Amino acid sequence: MEHIELFFKAIFIDNMVFATFLGMCSYLAVSKKVTTAVGLGAAVIFVMAITVPLNWLLDVYLLKDGALAWLGPEYAQYDLSFLSFIMFIATIATMVQLVEIIVEKFSPALYNSLGIFLPLIAVNCAILGGSLFMQSREIQTLGLAFNYGVSSGIGWFLAILAIAAIREKIRYSNVPPPLRGLGITFIITGLMAIGFMSFGGMLTGGDEKEVPAEQTAVVKQVEIKKDAIDLAKNETEITE
Amino acid sequence: MGLLSKKDAKLITDPLADNNPITIQVLGICSALAITAELKASIVMAISVVFVLAIGNVVISLIRNIIPSKIRIIVQLIVVATLVIIVDQVLKAFAYELSKTLSVFVGLIITNCIIMGRFEAFALANGPWRSFLDGIGNSAGYGIILIIVGFFRELLGSGTLLGIKVLGDPIEKTGVYAYGYENNGFMLLAPMALITIGIIIWVQRSRNTALIEHN
Repeated sequence: MEHIELFFKAIFIDNMVFATFLGMCSYLAVSKKVTTAVGLGAAVIFVMAITVPLNWLLDVYLLKDGALAWLGPEYAQYDLSFLSFIMFIATIATMVQLVEIIVEKFSPALYNSLGIFLPLIAVNCAILGGSLFMQSREIQTLGLAFNYGVSSGIGWFLAILAIAAIREKIRYSNVPPPLRGLGITFIITGLMAIGFMSFGGMLTGGDEKEVPAEQTAVVKQVEIKKDAIDLAKNETEITE
Repeated sequence: MGLLSKKDAKLITDPLADNNPITIQVLGICSALAITAELKASIVMAISVVFVLAIGNVVISLIRNIIPSKIRIIVQLIVVATLVIIVDQVLKAFAYELSKTLSVFVGLIITNCIIMGRFEAFALANGPWRSFLDGIGNSAGYGIILIIVGFFRELLGSGTLLGIKVLGDPIEKTGVYAYGYENNGFMLLAPMALITIGIIIWVQRSRNTALIEHN
């Protein structure tokens, strides 16, 4: 059950593009044609499926506070989490290089169709972001980490597929010249993000909105102010 | 601008408008959208990127002739990751609440495309002083957009600027709120950042028609 919940949460509610805006640069640059978008999306899913579990292993057995306890009890006091950035990015760069070599050897056709996208993925913030969110949300098991990697990748894939399809169609519309290309893509993505917010009540039945932690602080501010205003309104009604 | 030659001064002024990393080069979008709900976070992020890009550009430029081409990307990533770790630790030490708001996006400066983009496009082929200026220029261009978006989002979304209530008090109903104005809470949510940048692009390209894309 936890797996299914995490799967749908990562694709729709915490969608990498629409909720947390990761991987925007390649999302905007590569979405002019659906075929290239599909290629890049597939590559992202593939790389995330490999790097997120690997980084989870690194985090749990090397970097976390007390992680080194398996070496011996005197090592349990070390907290190497400040090295997370370097370790994660090094893993990602290495894995991408390895994947490139393996794919080139075993499936030259796939290698040719992915083309330049594979090395480009190493610096895609969605990949590093996936690992960092995995760490900050404290995913508990390796299986869940793999699940999270694959489903985040699928969420990104859906987003870039959708925007590429829309951009192909919008070439026949009357977009004002200054907005053509980049400007209208931003606005469309904004509208799609608003649309994806409607998935917020999907897993909790709508009684309690599940919002990613990063937005919670902001939304809480808004809600606190709204409550305060309502309270003030009620008070004035009573005194009148 | 007395001590900078005309060519060098262009390195700083070009990215501020005509070659802006966010609106023209399409780099560095991710963090521009996610953390601009508060003006303070935008300013801190802008300063962090200035630090990382300027110093990173200088370091890469100094070692550009000894990096073997095959491991170029890995060396760049390590330089950036080290600088970002420094920024992250400084933020955690001196501005803990802010570092919680910025959360993973400080770490994501590593994959901020502006930094890798400028390393590849400039620092690998130019001397340290010019790379430093280029770093300052591009990160300033990035910073300006961040501050503009943060300004409008915080002003229209919570009626404050840097935490100071500038439109009056929404609970006491002073200032503008006395006339029935309400804060647009939607501006604090993520999608509005995209639409705000879309409008900035619209304004910029209307004023400079050379930048309009042709289908």
